[in-house]
Amino acid sequence: MSEDINKLERIASQVRRDIVRMVHACQSGHPGGSLGCTDFFVALYFNAMERKTGFDIDGLGEDIFFLSNGHISPVFYSTLARAGYFDVSELATFRKINSRLQGHPTTHEGLPGIRIASGSLGQGLSVAIGAARAKKLNQDNHLVYVLMGDGEQQEGQIWEAAMYAPYNKVDNLIATIDYNGQQIDGATEEVLSLGNLKAKWEAFGWDVIEMNGNVMQEVLAGLAEAKSRTGKGKPVLILMKTEMGNGVDFMMGSHKWHGVAPNDEQLATALSQLEETLGDY
Amino acid sequence: MKKYTYTDKKDTRSGFGAGLLEVGRKNDNIVALCADLVGSLKMNDFIKEFPERFFQVGIAEANMMGIAAGLTIGGKIPYTGTFANFSTGRVYDQIRQSIAYSGKNVKICASHAGLTLGEDGATHQILEDIGLMKMLPGMTVINPCDYNQTKAATIAIADHKGPVYLRFGRPVVPIFTDADQKFEIGKAWMVNEGSDVSIFATGHLVWEAIQAGEQLAELGIDAEIINIHTIKPLDEEAVLKSVAKTGCVVTAEEHNRLGGLGDSIAQVLVKNRPAPQEYVAVDDSFGESGTPAQLMEKYGLNAANIVAAAQRVIKRK
Repeated sequence: MSEDINKLERIASQVRRDIVRMVHACQSGHPGGSLGCTDFFVALYFNAMERKTGFDIDGLGEDIFFLSNGHISPVFYSTLARAGYFDVSELATFRKINSRLQGHPTTHEGLPGIRIASGSLGQGLSVAIGAARAKKLNQDNHLVYVLMGDGEQQEGQIWEAAMYAPYNKVDNLIATIDYNGQQIDGATEEVLSLGNLKAKWEAFGWDVIEMNGNVMQEVLAGLAEAKSRTGKGKPVLILMKTEMGNGVDFMMGSHKWHGVAPNDEQLATALSQLEETLGDY
Repeated sequence: MKKYTYTDKKDTRSGFGAGLLEVGRKNDNIVALCADLVGSLKMNDFIKEFPERFFQVGIAEANMMGIAAGLTIGGKIPYTGTFANFSTGRVYDQIRQSIAYSGKNVKICASHAGLTLGEDGATHQILEDIGLMKMLPGMTVINPCDYNQTKAATIAIADHKGPVYLRFGRPVVPIFTDADQKFEIGKAWMVNEGSDVSIFATGHLVWEAIQAGEQLAELGIDAEIINIHTIKPLDEEAVLKSVAKTGCVVTAEEHNRLGGLGDSIAQVLVKNRPAPQEYVAVDDSFGESGTPAQLMEKYGLNAANIVAAAQRVIKRK
């Protein structure tokens, strides 16, 4: 297990390097949330999910993942590339003209690993529910994962979906909220308080677990716990505490790095804190 | 003028219900979703026969569109059902991102379109939906004219891979097309060949155009009438061929004159063969409560308006 954790942490370090380099190269994008969710993405794609080799958009006979808060595309793209969906060299095209790596994820350019466009917030949970229901119709026992932001919880469609899934026993679904407490205009508590998120989701009928999203061992344990709770009549929600900007000291814990790119000096400082483990793209 | 008669009248939404059941029997991947309007959309027969392939989502249209997009991942062909207003304007961003931009094979089936929804009034009478939907890249937009054509279209769209907006209505209207017709997406239907004026009509206005054609014949005007059931992709060849012969155009639709069939036709003409055109459409306003017939008269959408428009446009040749 500790060997596994070490391996995953080394992948995460490389993914974090990819993120800051991608955002620096095009001087745009969202490093904060991407860095905060890196451990989760790595644990999901390199440990928790049962995936087939290659990419089939229907995802029959494998676990599938949707990113609802599409602005953290850098961590998604880096993870997909490092997991073999496309060549890591393509990360250099992020947000540039004629790229498959659009600012926000899309199926439109045919990038392997992406199953839905996201970016306009609040839509991914509904999509995941639909895919989970399709899996049941297809008698496919694999799971559907979806990640949402915490600021995204302010969208009304989230609560339409939150109401639907428990009533319809969509229990092959693990939704996760990146609970970093920050959104573009400031702390969620100041912009529009989310109140007691755990109590809200429980009141809607979800099986809620809490997890620290920035300690690899705890992420693995949390995902394993979530998986063990599927198939029991309730959808599962992970409230994942993360720190925006995790892994780069000057980006941590502030909403200021939500959607700002580092300059050359800041990039050098960030990279000095992140070991190059798998080779930069 | 070719003679059109009818022996029966039915609502186009019932054509949708019948088509959904039939296509559901042919194709196991067809699933249906509804946002608390099962009776209005005539989905009960499908639900009775395929309960496991039906999803009641409650009054949550945004969630319905997202779930429909998700169901396509795994090979399902979802048909969503609600009123046209709640199928388009209410959920435009969900359709735009999760369905159209994502290229998902969702069939957005919209009843109670236009003024003929009647007494519920302007909150429910969407007159902008064709425009909203046709502007989305990759979206097919279909507005059939009677029960039989709506049934045939409902079946045909299952074989088209990609998002479709299928628009139909509430009132009982004459059934004048063949029960066993083959519906071809994007292929205009020649109702009557003529030489003096081209009348391009869609949806409920096709029957009005036929009535207008008979009245025009009595006035010595030989009208060509073409049913444009598919607004996007538009059958440009049929449009241009007709206008080459007649030299002038009337468009007729139960929609705002901005952004509907008329504008689609005008765009083809401007680019290829400029010709005078008159619009029979709602003049950039909201609707109101009333019976369908009262509303069609007040807002200028009946046969008499088509006759007057034809007379005007012929003078402009």
